[in-house]
Amino acid sequence: MDALFDIPVLGFVLQFAAYLVDVITSGHIGPIVLGLATPIALGALCGVMNERTGVVNIGIEGMMLFAAYIGFMTALLLDEALAAEPGSVFGATPALVIGVVTAIVAGVLASLLHAWLSVSIRANQIISGTIINITALGLTSYLNRLIKPFGSAGTFESFNPPEALVNLPVVGWVFEMFLHVGPIAMSVIVFIIIVQILLFRSRWGLRTRAVGEHPKAADTVGINVIHLRYRNVLLGGIFAGLAGAYLTLEATGSFQNGMTAGRGFIALAAMIFGRWTPLGAFGGALLFMGSQALGVAIRLAPPPGDLGQFLAGIQETYPSIYNNFFTGLPYLLTIIVLAGVVGRSVAPAADGIPYEKESAT
Amino acid sequence: MRARLRSISAVVVIPALSILLALVVASVLIIFSGLVGPGGELDLTLPFVAYASLLQGAFGSLRGISNTIVAATPLVLTGLSVGVGLKAGLFNIGATGQVLAGGFTAALVGVALADAPPLIAIGGAVLGGILAGALAGFIPGFLKAYTGAHEVVTTIMLNALIQLAISGLVNDVFKAQGPTFARTASVGNAVLAGLGNTTLHAGVLLAFACVPFTFWLLWRTTTGFEIRAVGANPTAARYAGMNPRRMIILTMSLCGAFAGLAGAIEILRLGYYPAVFGTSIGFDGITVALLGQAHPIGIAFSALLLGAMRAGAPLMQIQAHVPVEIIDVIQGVILIFLTAEIVVRRVFRLRAGPVETGGELQTITRSYGEKVAG
Amino acid sequence: MRGITKRYPGVVANDHIDLDVKAGEIHALLGENGAGKTTLMNVLYGLARPNEGEILLDGQPVDIADPADAISRGISMVHQHFMLVPVLTVAENILLGAETMANPIFLDRGEARRRILALGKRFGFEIDPDARVDTLPVGWQQRVEILKALYREARILVLDEPTAVLTPQETVEIFAVLRRLAAEDHSIIFISHKLYEVLEIADRITVINRGRVVGTRLPAETNEEDLAELMVGREVQLTVDRGQSHPAEPILRLEGLRVRSDRGQEVVRGVDLSVRGGEILGIAGVAGNGQDELVEALTGLRRSQSGSVHLGEKEITGLSVRGRREAGLGYVPGDRQKYGLVLGFTVADNLVLTQYYGRPFARGIQRNDAAIAEWARETIEQFDIRTPSEAVSAGTLSGGNQQKVIVAREFNRELKALVLDQPTRGLDVGSIEFIHKQAIRKRDSGTAILLVSAELDEILELSDRIAVMYRGEIVGLLDGRSANKEEIGLLMATGGKGRGGASSSASPGAAATGASP
Repeated sequence: MDALFDIPVLGFVLQFAAYLVDVITSGHIGPIVLGLATPIALGALCGVMNERTGVVNIGIEGMMLFAAYIGFMTALLLDEALAAEPGSVFGATPALVIGVVTAIVAGVLASLLHAWLSVSIRANQIISGTIINITALGLTSYLNRLIKPFGSAGTFESFNPPEALVNLPVVGWVFEMFLHVGPIAMSVIVFIIIVQILLFRSRWGLRTRAVGEHPKAADTVGINVIHLRYRNVLLGGIFAGLAGAYLTLEATGSFQNGMTAGRGFIALAAMIFGRWTPLGAFGGALLFMGSQALGVAIRLAPPPGDLGQFLAGIQETYPSIYNNFFTGLPYLLTIIVLAGVVGRSVAPAADGIPYEKESAT
Repeated sequence: MRARLRSISAVVVIPALSILLALVVASVLIIFSGLVGPGGELDLTLPFVAYASLLQGAFGSLRGISNTIVAATPLVLTGLSVGVGLKAGLFNIGATGQVLAGGFTAALVGVALADAPPLIAIGGAVLGGILAGALAGFIPGFLKAYTGAHEVVTTIMLNALIQLAISGLVNDVFKAQGPTFARTASVGNAVLAGLGNTTLHAGVLLAFACVPFTFWLLWRTTTGFEIRAVGANPTAARYAGMNPRRMIILTMSLCGAFAGLAGAIEILRLGYYPAVFGTSIGFDGITVALLGQAHPIGIAFSALLLGAMRAGAPLMQIQAHVPVEIIDVIQGVILIFLTAEIVVRRVFRLRAGPVETGGELQTITRSYGEKVAG
Repeated sequence: MRGITKRYPGVVANDHIDLDVKAGEIHALLGENGAGKTTLMNVLYGLARPNEGEILLDGQPVDIADPADAISRGISMVHQHFMLVPVLTVAENILLGAETMANPIFLDRGEARRRILALGKRFGFEIDPDARVDTLPVGWQQRVEILKALYREARILVLDEPTAVLTPQETVEIFAVLRRLAAEDHSIIFISHKLYEVLEIADRITVINRGRVVGTRLPAETNEEDLAELMVGREVQLTVDRGQSHPAEPILRLEGLRVRSDRGQEVVRGVDLSVRGGEILGIAGVAGNGQDELVEALTGLRRSQSGSVHLGEKEITGLSVRGRREAGLGYVPGDRQKYGLVLGFTVADNLVLTQYYGRPFARGIQRNDAAIAEWARETIEQFDIRTPSEAVSAGTLSGGNQQKVIVAREFNRELKALVLDQPTRGLDVGSIEFIHKQAIRKRDSGTAILLVSAELDEILELSDRIAVMYRGEIVGLLDGRSANKEEIGLLMATGGKGRGGASSSASPGAAATGASP
């Protein structure tokens, strides 16, 4: 093996591949990747709910941010008032749980605005989404400045899966990845599977897809396009709210202005990558955020041999660039995916076109 | 003449009333800030105090007026950056990244020309900024034209990437020895100094000169005709013999150039590029463009308005204890009312306006999956 | 339906219309484009509410609030532009809105499949419920629409221009299906503007002109001329006098043209065609046999894989759209609003959409607004375009006048060759007459004209020679004046090879893979 690794350029690639396999199967990186992918996957679910019915939603970023703030503040205020001990399940306190609920409500409210602007007002949906982003950023920054919170409501704790499962030979790392995480992260795969099944096998799914592809056809068989679109956009808001809650109540215990940092847009790319299906979007989320997790892994447990020394060398001379590179990988991947995949990945046909009920002549 | 006035007023009415309504809505938030702030009281007159000090800060003194103009200057450019894009059916949210690229390049060129005569130093730095911005606009334009990747997502991703790249470069490669915080070296003679006692500078003229230039470009030239045709109906444009791909790339580069110029001006005012350069002018440009209905003259006025708000906000914060972030909220609410103009009409009991086919705005939403035909 | 009146801003679409349909009757609604037939049926189907009048079913007055209501009362509509979701399967399309459920959440696909197969069998065709609709040929898509109605146990079927997209053979087959439906006591309302078809299939014919019923006839007591006169209100020249054409040398030559579709399949398979100056060559064929791609390759909108296009002496195969225009090729695209005009621009701007960049309309990069306006005014007058001025936006013009703008733009210069794609789609009789006359005048000036149209009548009326396109090849070249419909229809449907092609009654699974490009 070492002989292979000594080949000049190819050797690096092989070392890297071996490192990747090692990192993945050792199990420690799994939960980190899932954690990073959670807000993306949830955001992408929100996107799928919207776009499958034909509403373009680029305001996921703003919805997440708004939900993150509302959830955080609610939990904080309640925590001061209630001051409970962290429970045994996920370390939950009433404050945290209610925080999640209010974050979801906030996500739904923001979605209501988007639905109203896009479906009823029939405004340009990209502008509508952008407005939500701008307003959410401004509002949360404003409120964050006004109300100076100190302390924090804490976060949910990760679940500790039984040793027996985690130490299984080949598949142990899968259990580690999906179980050694907090409640919201754990719920992601459940939601993904549920929505995937419903979308393609249920009446709701059929009607949703029809409205997104050819709303006039759905209208002529008696389906209320407007109601359906409103409902789906609002349902999507639940997922955006959950994503926001994750950021401030599970991943970190604090709020910073603009902390979503483009995750809403990466979620869109994951959705496109996954051809507007929940499972595909989940895969995309894992892929995109995996790259960022890689940076974490390399820092925690640098690869051995020449590759490791090479990387360490770069880190020494260009520390800022080195760090920023890994932070920036998801964004770069997003662009590459969009450029490469988008031609082959077809959006619902009526995506982005406001529906007008005409009484045609 | 009267028809002209009537058509102008028709265009101005909704934006003006949207602003009014937004200020009313913001008053609620201002009152809230009084409740939560140091005084902790419910002061219903607080909005008036706040807005008064906002006005005073913006227009109340010579310094104030010059601050307003200086704040409006980059906004005119980023507003044009977004606005011209809109005319071509493109939504350029990447003005932020293009601004940074322009500013950084201007700083580097400025350092290189630091000892040259001021005219050459400033000219070179500005030119460098324009070109860098154009490149930052070219990339998403090219991607859209040849792969169909929607510019909304690619530009936002580029914003992040440009920011990370520049910050890394400033910290690791171009860091000036000496100053306590990380930044590039001083640009010497390329700096845009204030005139006399005010903060006014040569960049103001340059920026506002872009307004008539854009008007001429869009409505008096064949290129502008092509841009508008592609924005309104790219298929028909193609069938008529135009080249939508070329137009998209050209327009995005032009948008980038405008934003790059804005960045160059701001950095040259500062005299160096700091590793952490936080500026809102990229996003503000979106508001300016939408409020100005993507028309150069509307953009100029909107830029002045937003510039006034930004210039007056610090005084408002001091006098009324209202955080400056309220301006960001006001922006968002203005846009909501602007978009949902039916609400504005209902509130002010206006008749329904002419139903515009809104050509170019509809082209933007042709979402992710559409490749641009040759 | 009694005294149905429906008003829209500026027009009375239906003016006190009375219509009665018996069980088991095929009743035709005849009228030209815009006469009000579709509006009347929209009222019946719940897509529009009448301002006055009432609807009675089995003698009882009913109020039909929306399509769901209509469907529940047994009224189903098959629209002219199919209301099918392309990416969904046949079963999914049929189920939509009338879903058969296994439990409150999940669909019962097995049961649905059974029912669909049974229904199809009863009426003489079998269809694969799991086929994706966009893989089906058009004739079969229409059967899916009919199945949709039958699945909901419709008693009254309304068919809006059902034969617009069918070959003569497919028309015969669908008429057979309709007769079987009528025999089982279903009522059928058949909207059309095609006189001969209506005479063939209908039990009774009601003619509507400008929103009013102008007559009801039995087919036995009337003929085409009578019906045409009723439809338009005056003596109508059913065909334009095209006079004698004097074709000269071939100007437009296609040799061995091969073109791929967006999906990568070869849809134009070695086409050789030549059009002489002073003649009109019409291309007939069922939509989807490569005509669109042929026109795109010809005009420069799509790259061809091999073969060449010559205009006069010059080879234009590698030229851009603009290059070909400048070489003397004119083009009237198939969809005026999507491809031909920028609706938000003024009429003047649309008139110079293809020539704005040269003298006298521009000098270098600077436009000359005065010259544009003046030329626009002249052209408007010359082509009798009804518009308040050249400065209004093109979107305010009627369909006929919009088409005149495009025609004026293309015709108003020296042309070596001209491509006309569906030039009179959706237009009223007056506009159709005008455009046909203009085409003939252009022909007489020596231009070579290639006419592509889905209206076989138009092709027969204008063409000196007719080429039939089938699966990307030219399968027949006929003389325009002596050709008859049956001959052409046969070529269109079978390519002259005597096979079943797309119109057999067998399951389209096999036919679909072959027939659709």
